[in-house]
Amino acid sequence: MGGFNTALFFDMKSNRETINLYSLTFRVPIIFWQLLFFVGPVLFMVAMSFFLVKNYRMTEAFEFINWTKMFSKNYFWDSYWFTLIIAFISTLLTMVIAFPASFTLAFRVSENFRRWAIFLLIIPFFTSYLVRTFSWYVILAEKGVINALLSYINLGPFIMLNTHIGTLVGYMTLTLPLVIILQTVTMANIDKNLIEAAFNLGCKPYLIIQRVIIPLSKTGFIIAAVFCFILSFGDFVAPFYLGGSQEPTLPILILDTTKSGQQWPRAAVVAIVMMVTLFAIAFIGIMTAYSKSFKNDKR
Amino acid sequence: MTKDKFYNLILKFYLFFIFVFIFTPIAFSIIFSFNSQRFPTIPLGNFSIEWYIKIFNDAEIWQAAINSVVVSSITCLIATFLGFCTAYSDYRYRFKFKGIYLALVLLPPTIPLIILALAMLAWLSKIGMSGQLWSIICAHSVLTAPFAMAIIRLRLNQMDPDLEAASWNLGGSEWDTMRNVILPYCRPAIISSLCLTAAVSFDEFAISWFVSGLNKTVPVIILEIVQGNIDPQVNAIGTFVFFTSITLVITAQIFFLTWQMKGKK
Repeated sequence: MGGFNTALFFDMKSNRETINLYSLTFRVPIIFWQLLFFVGPVLFMVAMSFFLVKNYRMTEAFEFINWTKMFSKNYFWDSYWFTLIIAFISTLLTMVIAFPASFTLAFRVSENFRRWAIFLLIIPFFTSYLVRTFSWYVILAEKGVINALLSYINLGPFIMLNTHIGTLVGYMTLTLPLVIILQTVTMANIDKNLIEAAFNLGCKPYLIIQRVIIPLSKTGFIIAAVFCFILSFGDFVAPFYLGGSQEPTLPILILDTTKSGQQWPRAAVVAIVMMVTLFAIAFIGIMTAYSKSFKNDKR
Repeated sequence: MTKDKFYNLILKFYLFFIFVFIFTPIAFSIIFSFNSQRFPTIPLGNFSIEWYIKIFNDAEIWQAAINSVVVSSITCLIATFLGFCTAYSDYRYRFKFKGIYLALVLLPPTIPLIILALAMLAWLSKIGMSGQLWSIICAHSVLTAPFAMAIIRLRLNQMDPDLEAASWNLGGSEWDTMRNVILPYCRPAIISSLCLTAAVSFDEFAISWFVSGLNKTVPVIILEIVQGNIDPQVNAIGTFVFFTSITLVITAQIFFLTWQMKGKK
């Protein structure tokens, strides 16, 4: 997503405000469409969180009961912190696991090879996440592929399904390709002369990474981390099918409340809390990404 | 230098391992779809196409496949149309509240699907549009329009701004210029965008599951089968789904890479 940021600020020659039939034909359709099918739904969901449910039917009202009910429930807060922590761990882990791979792609392979690697990494992003998760289910199961292979060397069986490991593997299926792409593109854009200069001045390789590469790719890395967090935080498939859902994450809570309980207003409360949390985290992330304070590194 | 070569080797091995991790689930899904065992594991059972025969004879799956094709093909047209209009507006004009305008378009993919799904379900029920194929199409086009916008915007960025002005000076109207200059210039990006938005729509399950009612699409069927029990049918359906989306994504990328490379020269 970082790619078209520069495009948005591209200067045009005809930059004065023109309003005629031609300009409106291109400007208006999306406004109309997004109001009807994006702003409408989201605002209605906020309104719905104040509605009442009586005899399994929703009636329009303005009561805070859903909010107070949800906020007084322990399971809601347990779920909130659990989701926050596991999404955070997933982000950290994905960033760390992705780094050596992105580093290799950015500095140790030819440009052609890198282009092909990114080409391949885009593929899973647009293919069925559901099927890949189900495939992991079969691979990680107690009698699944990994344990069957391990049994040949008399190891195992290890229980991986219905644990946090399962959840994290599922999250990574979703996030790892994206994070590698973003990290690689960021690092590949670093001026190679800076790295060479550091090397010629006698800087050790790990110090080059720490003092040159990471500070220079800060913005891209934080954006990758924010995307990774959003994807993990909002995913219900991995914790449900691979994590066993005994500890429900917030998305599972939404699912249960909507599908089985018919309690749409309470699901809306959970959804709004999630959105506020995500916006706060994205905001902090982007602020840090574009701040300059890191540049005067005192170490 | 030998030390450097050693590091290089380790790093490349690591990279290989990461690619294995990413593509393992895809590979196993395909392998297991031809496997006779009910609970697939290693050692593999016999080669069999029974799961394919089973889904082939399942009327519900056929219906879902038709639904999916209808939804994704209409979605990709709407999303690409909206994406093109927005990208062009952004390229050509400056206007008040442009920041908000662009945020409105680009925001939906950053919101977790389950939240969009809940919001869509509630809203579409309210305005009486829930449970139809149309409901899925509307929701999907909101979700995928930003992808279309991004791809087409990148293409427009490569266009010489004087091209449009030259066409006007030669006497073409704005509409003529659009039809004879801008649209042909954007054609590869438009094809890329059609393929990618169709692929996203074809694989999307959360929103479809919430708003589809009885008109299930293929991912919704997969979700329902997976909820029940281990059933290798999923692998067979999944393999079909994979090949459909992979074909779309690769077609999109071929068009994308072709014009990217031409643009550089």
